[in-house]
Amino acid sequence: MVGRDSTGKPVARPLSPHLQVYRLPLTVILSITHRITGIGLSVGTAVLVWWLVAAATSDTSYATVSWFLRSPIGYLLLFGWSVALWYHFCNGLRHLGWDFGHGLELAQARASNRMVLIGTALFTVLTWVIGLAAQ
Amino acid sequence: MANPNKVDVAVMRSMLSRARGLGSAKSGTAHWWAQRVTAMALIPLVVWFVATIIQLSHQPRSAVAHWMASPIHAALLLALLAAMFHHMQLGLVVVIEDYVHSNRLRVVSLLLVKAMTAVLFLASAISVVRLAVAG
Repeated sequence: MVGRDSTGKPVARPLSPHLQVYRLPLTVILSITHRITGIGLSVGTAVLVWWLVAAATSDTSYATVSWFLRSPIGYLLLFGWSVALWYHFCNGLRHLGWDFGHGLELAQARASNRMVLIGTALFTVLTWVIGLAAQ
Repeated sequence: MANPNKVDVAVMRSMLSRARGLGSAKSGTAHWWAQRVTAMALIPLVVWFVATIIQLSHQPRSAVAHWMASPIHAALLLALLAAMFHHMQLGLVVVIEDYVHSNRLRVVSLLLVKAMTAVLFLASAISVVRLAVAG
């Protein structure tokens, strides 16, 4: 970290270690995960657009997008997006609750951490059980 | 400490901009509020959309077109796309504003996000309309 002393001369200031050594609480990890899943879902919209454009174009282009989504990479991406979607959904509900002033106490936030993680797992498993049964 | 009940006569300008909610962020709470409104709209729309995708995932293109021919389905899908892309753009803008500190890079990436979101939304919306009308 470069700062300046009282005469304006640049000096190397010591920087206390933080992110590298600080064990992040679960609430912090879940907070940054909300952003990461949001960015991931943004990228995922490209595939949704591809699917819709292909469906509106021709049987051939629809067959291409179907082939891609049914390939191992396609399934991996769909699984990743389903986890990201349900995480962002559950944690987003928690955020809306906080915006209304609910659940802001530390003990409540720790409890909702668990609810978000359990909800994500539950909705993801449910989506894939129903989704694969429909095939 | 400033007394909130006393008008500060040292500042020779009206507090109209403050009254309108325009603080240092320039646009007041409009961005934050729009993020919440679209989030609330997406709660039912996302659940409906996942259920729909599961139904359509094993169908040929003609079945997708047939499903889209229902005005209710097309309207709900357009509502989802509008809320989703607006929500996505609002979120990505905040991420860029938080992490991109170079002025030039920030403006360029903000414009790119706006442009790409607009193109993705238009491409998907036109596809839905085409499927709904032409099959």
